This record gives sequence, structure tokens and C-alpha cells, in this order.
Amino acid sequence: MSMITITIDGQKIETQEGEFILNAARANSIFIPAICYLTRCSPTLACRICLVEADGKQVYACNAKAKAGMEITTSTDTIEQERRSIMEVYDVNHPLQCGVCDQSGECELQNYTLELGVDSQSYAIKDVERAAIDWGHIHYDPGLCIVCERCVTVCKDMIGDTSLKTVPRGSDPLDASYKESMPKDAYAMWNKLNKSVIGLTSGEAMLDCTSCGECAAVCPVGALVDTEFMYKSNAWELRQIPATCGHCSAGCQISYDVKHESIENSREKIYRVMNEWNYVSLCGAGRYGFDYENRDVNKDEAAFTKALEAFQKADTIRFTSTITNEEAFMLQRLKEERGYRLINHEARTFQNFLREYSAISGTALYGSDLKETHDANFVVSVGTALKSDNPNARYAFNNSMKMNKGAGLYFHPVPDPVIEGLGKNVMSINHAPLQEEVVLYLILDLFADKEQLPEAITTYLERFHGTKTVTVTETIKEEVVESVAKIVVDEESGEEKEIVEEVKKTVSKKVEKEVEVQSNALLEMLGAPENFNDALSKYLKKADTFSLIIGPDCYTHPNAKNIARLCALIEKYSAFKLVMIPTLTNTLGVSLICDLDEEAGSYAIGYNAPGDFTLSALGEGDLDMPALNQQEGTLTSINKRVNPTNAALDYEGYELNDLCNALGLESELTVDYTQRLPIEKGFQAQKFDDLPNHYTNEGVEVRGYLLENRGVKTDNDERVDAINTDLALKEGSIVYLVNPVRQFTAFTNKTEQLHTDGGLYMSETYLNESDFNEGDTVTVSTSLGELTVTIISDNKIDGAIACLPTFDNNINSEALFSAYRFTSASIKKV
Amino acid sequence: MSMEQFQDRNVGKQNYFTVDIEDYPVTGMDKFRRVAKRTFRGELFVGLWVVLREMFKFDIHTVQYPKEKLPIGPRYRAIHQMQRLWESGTERCIGCGLCEKICISDCIRMDTRIDENSRKEVTEYSINLGRCIFCGYCAEVCPELAIVHGGEYENASEQRAHFTLYEDMLTPVDEAISGKQKEFPGFGAITPYEDERVKKTPLAY
Repeated sequence: MSMITITIDGQKIETQEGEFILNAARANSIFIPAICYLTRCSPTLACRICLVEADGKQVYACNAKAKAGMEITTSTDTIEQERRSIMEVYDVNHPLQCGVCDQSGECELQNYTLELGVDSQSYAIKDVERAAIDWGHIHYDPGLCIVCERCVTVCKDMIGDTSLKTVPRGSDPLDASYKESMPKDAYAMWNKLNKSVIGLTSGEAMLDCTSCGECAAVCPVGALVDTEFMYKSNAWELRQIPATCGHCSAGCQISYDVKHESIENSREKIYRVMNEWNYVSLCGAGRYGFDYENRDVNKDEAAFTKALEAFQKADTIRFTSTITNEEAFMLQRLKEERGYRLINHEARTFQNFLREYSAISGTALYGSDLKETHDANFVVSVGTALKSDNPNARYAFNNSMKMNKGAGLYFHPVPDPVIEGLGKNVMSINHAPLQEEVVLYLILDLFADKEQLPEAITTYLERFHGTKTVTVTETIKEEVVESVAKIVVDEESGEEKEIVEEVKKTVSKKVEKEVEVQSNALLEMLGAPENFNDALSKYLKKADTFSLIIGPDCYTHPNAKNIARLCALIEKYSAFKLVMIPTLTNTLGVSLICDLDEEAGSYAIGYNAPGDFTLSALGEGDLDMPALNQQEGTLTSINKRVNPTNAALDYEGYELNDLCNALGLESELTVDYTQRLPIEKGFQAQKFDDLPNHYTNEGVEVRGYLLENRGVKTDNDERVDAINTDLALKEGSIVYLVNPVRQFTAFTNKTEQLHTDGGLYMSETYLNESDFNEGDTVTVSTSLGELTVTIISDNKIDGAIACLPTFDNNINSEALFSAYRFTSASIKKV
Repeated sequence: MSMEQFQDRNVGKQNYFTVDIEDYPVTGMDKFRRVAKRTFRGELFVGLWVVLREMFKFDIHTVQYPKEKLPIGPRYRAIHQMQRLWESGTERCIGCGLCEKICISDCIRMDTRIDENSRKEVTEYSINLGRCIFCGYCAEVCPELAIVHGGEYENASEQRAHFTLYEDMLTPVDEAISGKQKEFPGFGAITPYEDERVKKTPLAY
């Protein structure tokens, strides 16, 4: 791709060759009206309003690609006529209920109707009954719908659920005279619009998707609305607080929309979460899990004094990674000043993994980010339940399939219908647990540059290659000669006589043949499907940008050290760009900032974690702390970006900074620590107030700053261990430690819309093939402990692995697992 | 977006300054001197003389309020009333929130929700009469002619809030149904000849 110059309305602009004209114009602040187009998704061509003239020809700006020297006019008389007619058509039978519509003025139909000066209506058609439908968490009013199909597009191209489609409207055909009298594009657009409304792909009455709510966010009118938000507030009353989502490591930019709670109660409350949907897509937890603030907290001096006493007594601080960088830095300072041990196992495993990775890669951090996954056309995911661990990584995975005609491999023991449903070019390989090492060796084998790769590894990989004889059935064409008896009448004598003729014929015949083929023992170890090689060679035909997503299963693997080194080798010797999913919100930040200890001491302070004295943002501890939506600070995301977040709601109680000040660290505000974050780890000495948090028209992320990926000294030792074939889980049922979609931690579970009871999640297949039924109470026991839970049927997983969640504080599921996320257990009915 | 509001953490530390006024008398002597000065100035008698002079003219135009009351002009803006629809008696207010938005003294607030029939319902409506400046914007902006200014200007009370209870502002249902509800030609009413000015959507069928 090279930079070219095009001219739009006489203005010369630089853009990438092949970029859509609309995007090029937007990047340079030139206005072209467009309704149905979504950046990062494929052009829908539903609204046709983005008509422009390029080199004298009318094209749609959203799907016409820029070519060098192109002359573009955004407005001519015919185009203006088309646009005006299109807007008139959109206004046909649109209810005049703007006063009660939840879009409350943030309406693109309103805006464009005014922009194009539509003050009279020339078209009419009999309306059909279009009653509002409740789809569960989304409410659809077809009466308001302009069928721009943005919801359909985003669901397919970005989210990957493909839950929405257009369905017949059942209206009368358009008046025949319009075909002559109307502008051409307006007529074509109306003709299509008149035949469709939005419906569910499944044909069911309720939406059964991963419930991200992105469809309602992108809706230009008030047709799709979050059911919970309906008629609660007008958009203009809400104050938008720019923030960063605190639920997972994706660090999505969001804005909390706050307003007073009611007439009686003027305390502020979050009503909804909004996002810049052109550039960032949220998951259901980010969108609906916003009210996890620690409410009604006052400065409890007695508890504060006790906390200080506890800090005097304590020798350990145990904490989770759902904290800001500043808080992590405070804990680290406390360690330096007062010698506490810092315990955070999940961040420590990630820290160790990164360290091992650095030993070969020579960089402190993985080289890639999700942006590059979006742009890749061959994506491999290893060791992560993609849709639960980091929904944005899944969106990137899906987006690269849809937009770049890419392909993907999903290596995971739990079959995932959501991932499998992303498209034909996704192959899911459900290997046995503990085989992540094999997967990485396979990737090395398939993709690494064998000439460069250390010889020991090449020889090691060679051992898996062999030939095997397989029986293939072939269809061959054979010529056969058949004798056919025929009765012929002799013309002269008139006698009938039988003659035998020989006829040549070709017939197809199936034969079984034994052939020798190349075999790869690694594939067999993983239980890859038979057609793996064929499919892969098909996938790779057009693949030129590769992305590898590594997940938490790898960090907790007993051979994590070796896996980390293999990851580094893959990054070094193949075209793959590597991105790792940090386990929790700020695991990456914590692992960079804190020196974590392995062994806890005798008396521990727990911060959002169990301890002898607990500080809790959930409001369950001995001293209350502010939740992430009540704090300002920075969070480090998977994209290695330090994102600022602002406090959406008031917090009256004590915070960690107060404790630190009382313990001898001097800082007036928590955010004073932002500029003191360790520069040697890649942070920058930037003041919190100087950190931006927005996207430009071009789609460039201007948020906080990127961590510097600093070089690390290596000893050039690139040896890796052979696959440990002895590793296997004990006999018994396999249980996986993973949350269902829309849940991450106890914080998501605290919110009103997401609150639910956890349980043992089993797929429908599992339930059908076993004696268990949904709702049964069972005990799950491993060598480490026992747990009584209720079975929940989950149609978002498949196969015979049960899943235990971590979001429900009533289920201490982590106690059953040593470290690795899979364990063998016995499940018995109570 | 301006981030200024998020960067001002100076809560409770604003720079207040005291108004420069003459000091209050402190000592007993100073106080006495002030009383004497005010008493013997004779300003009181100036006022008394004006009253006495007018009293003997026997030409009084004073309206004998509260026995007598002047009629109020239709555009007078007194305490708000909430109207109902004729015949059905349904509340006219649709909860669009425009009055709340336009209110320049920020004294209107409303709570809305979705009701059982999937319609927007106003659950609470309040006008803070302590802040209301009776500008009439709310009535003017109301798309449904739901909020109007009535003629009730006598709002001396222990609690002015009593005048703006939503139930009290609403026309009683029976009054609306029986057609006794008064339509106000003043603020908020549609202008004459509105019918001719509105362009209709063609209904070809």
C-alpha cells in the first residue's frame, strides 16, 4: 500500500491507495453524508447517501477505492437531488414521536433531514403494522427503523455473532410511477427498504447471542435500544465521563453517562455506557456492567485506624490485578519502604511468563497488539477461551476473518460454537488439555523459517515427520467394452436377426488405493481433523499477515517456561506477530510495576483479595475502597497502552492513597503517582492531566501513551525443552476454570444487569450424554478440595468439559485448581 | 471534549472573599450613637407626611385587595398547570424533557420510566418555585401544550413546593372529560393560522 494524492472538492489530500473515499474524506475533515457505513466493517450500501462523483462517474464513497490522481466532487445537482429524495424516503411513515424517542436528538435521521433541508414530502406508501418487539436485553421498534442495516453489519463483521438479519416487511409494492419520477438511487434504496425490517437470524423470539449491545449502540435512530435504558433519560441530560473499561485487559475506551438518580435523590448514578463504535467495540460486560461502584461509603475513622494497625502488624499484602497502575505503584512503594511481601499469583505467573519470553525475544513485552490482529489475515489463537478471556481479541479475530478474507485456527480443549460460527475459514482444533506445548511446536513446524531456526529444534521437529500409508478412495474412469445384443431387421430379406455388437463405454468406478502421504505426528497428538493439511493450504493461499494470540492457559501451564520460550521463537523465526492476553484488567501493569513474591507471610492485608484484614472495593471488607469507576488513574491494556480513566461517581471514603500517606508516603492525590511510574519498565513521566483519551476522525487512538517495549539482554540461549509427553490430567471429568461471557470478576457480578449465580457450566451435549440435568446440585472434588455447585446449561460451549467460573464469590473455584486452568475432577450428584 | 472539569480537583478550596462593608458598632457608646443618629434624623416623618397628604385628597385608586382582584391578562405567567387531553382525560405530558432542558433557572426535573403498555410515563415532576423566574419558556417549548402558565399568582405559603405537586398542577380528570378545562391562549398556545402553515405528509392511500 502506498500513499497517493487525490482531490476532493479541490482540496488535495494524501491517503492510502485502496482506501475508501469516505474514510479518506473523513480523515481530512471533509464531510460526506453517510448513514449505513461503519468504519472497520464492510460497506453495506443500504443508504446510498454517500454518493459522490469520482472522475465524472457517480460512485458510492463508502465502497469506491481511492486511486492516484482521482478527482472527487462531493456535491452536484443530481447528487443533491438523490440525497434529498433519499432523506424524504427515510421520513416516509416515520413516526413523529421524537419527543419520547430514546435517541433524544442524537438522531442521524433528524440530523440529515435538517442538513439536507427536507421541508416537504413527495412520496407516500401505505404503512404496514410494525409493532415493537422485546428481544430480551434489546428492544426493537421497527416503526422507527430505517433499515440501514448497521446493526446487521456490526454483528457480522465485528462481533461475529451474526444474530441479526433482514426479514420481509410484507408491505405493498411501490407505486409504479415512482420508478420514472424518482431519482434512480433513491428509488432503488426505497425499493429495498420497503421490503425489509430487521429480524433474528435464529428465528427464535428472543436474542440468544453474546449480548454485547453493540447493535443498539450503532443504531442511528431509536429503533434498537437497551431494554434497561428505555425511557430512563434523555441523552442531553447525561454528563459523559471519558473513561477506560475496568473489566478486562482490552482497556476499551468508554464514557460513563451520569445523571442524578431521581428527583428525591440527587446523588449521581451511571445510566449507560457509550463508546466510539466506529473505532472500539464493547462487550456485554463493558456495556452493561457499569454500576459496580462502592456505594454509601463515608470516612469510617475507626476502620481506618484499625487498618493502620493492621498495616503495622502485617508483613504481606495480597491483591488482585483489578487496580490502577498508580495503586500498584503505591503497593510497590510500600514494599520498598516497609518491606511487605506482595502476593498476586495471577500477575506473578504472567510476569514469569514474560520474563522467560524476554530471555529469547530480547524485548520486555510481546511485539504486537490487537490492532495488528484486526489487520492480519491469518490468526491463530492458543490457550485461551477467546470469547470469555478477552472479547475484544475475539472481535479482532472475527474482524480479520470478515474484512481481510482471512482464516483462523483456534486451538482450545473446549469446543466453542461461537468461535466455530465465525465463518468457514475458522478451524477449531480441540486438543486435550496440557497440549499447548505441542500446538506451539506445530506452529514452529508449519510456519517457522527452518533455515534460520536453531538446528536442534529443526532436527527435533523432523522427528515428528514421517510417512504413512492411508487408504484413499478414488474415482477413476475406465473404458469398458460391452457386448450388446441387438435385433436388426435385414432390409433385403425382412428377417429379424440378432447380432452382437461391441460398444465402448466409459464408466466411473470407485477404487480403494493405498498411498503414502507425509504425516505429522504433532497433528495426531493434537487430534487435528483429517482435512487439516488441505484446509490449511487453502487458508494460506492468500495469507500474508499473521497474528498469534496467546492466552492464560499457557501462563499457568506446568511447562509455562518452555511455552514462553517457544512463543518467543515463533515470533522471532516466523511471520507471526505475537500478542498475549493479560489475565485480568491490569495484569500487565501490575506485572511491570510490582516485584511480586511467591510465599505469603503470617499476617496479610488483602486488597480485593482474602486476607487477615481486607480492603475491599466491593464493600465487603474491613475498610472500603473506591471501585474502578470511582477512581482516576491509568490502566495498562493488552495493546501495551497506558489508558487514563476518570472518576464517574463520587466516593466519600478513604482510598489507598490516604493509607499510604498515613504510612509515610507523601502524595496529595493518587494521580500524582502517574508521572512517577517506572520509566525503566517502559512507562513515561507524564502527568495524569496531560493524558488524552479520544479517537481522531481518522480512527487514530489518542489515548494515554504506548509503553516503550524496551530491550532486554539475552544470553543467546535458544534451547527449548522437548515436549513432555508424560503430562496428562488424571482420569476423571475435566473441569476448566473460565467465566461465561459477560462475566469477569466479582465486580461484573455486582452490577444490576449482569448479576447472576454461578455454577458448574455444562454444554448441552454434555448434559445429553450424561446423567446430569440442569439444576442438579453436584459436588466437584479434586485432590485440592471439594465444592458443591448447581449445574447450569450453557449453549455457548460444547463438548465434554465442564466449566467453573471465578466471578461468583460464593464459589471458591480457584481452590480446586493448582494453577493450570484445567483439572481432572470427580463430579457427583448430591 | 474539554477535560477541564475533570482536572479541577479544588473542591472546597475556592477563593472566597468578604464584602467590604462598614464595621458594626462594637462598644455600647458606638451603638447608642447610631440609634440616636437614626432616631433624630426625622426621615420617618417624611414618609408619614406623604401618606397623610394622600389620605386627605379622597381620590384613592387602590384596589381593595384581597376583596377586589384585577383580571389577569392571558399572557400573564403565574403558577404552572398541567393539562389533560380532552375527552380521554389522559395526561398530555409525554415526558420529552424539553421543559427541563430549556429551563434557564434549572428548576424543573422529571423522572420517567417505561410503563406496562411500553409507553413513556412521567412518574415524578417537580418545579422548584424558589428558583423559578416565571419566564414561560417551559410552556413555550412544550410540544403537547401540556405545561401552561395559569392565572394563580397568589403563592404565599409556608412551602411554595405545595403549589407544584404534580397531582395538584394536573387538571382534575372529571374537569377535563366534562370539557371544563381552560385552554390558555397565552404562553404555550399555538399561534393563529397554524393549520395553514403546517405542511402535511401526503397520504395517498
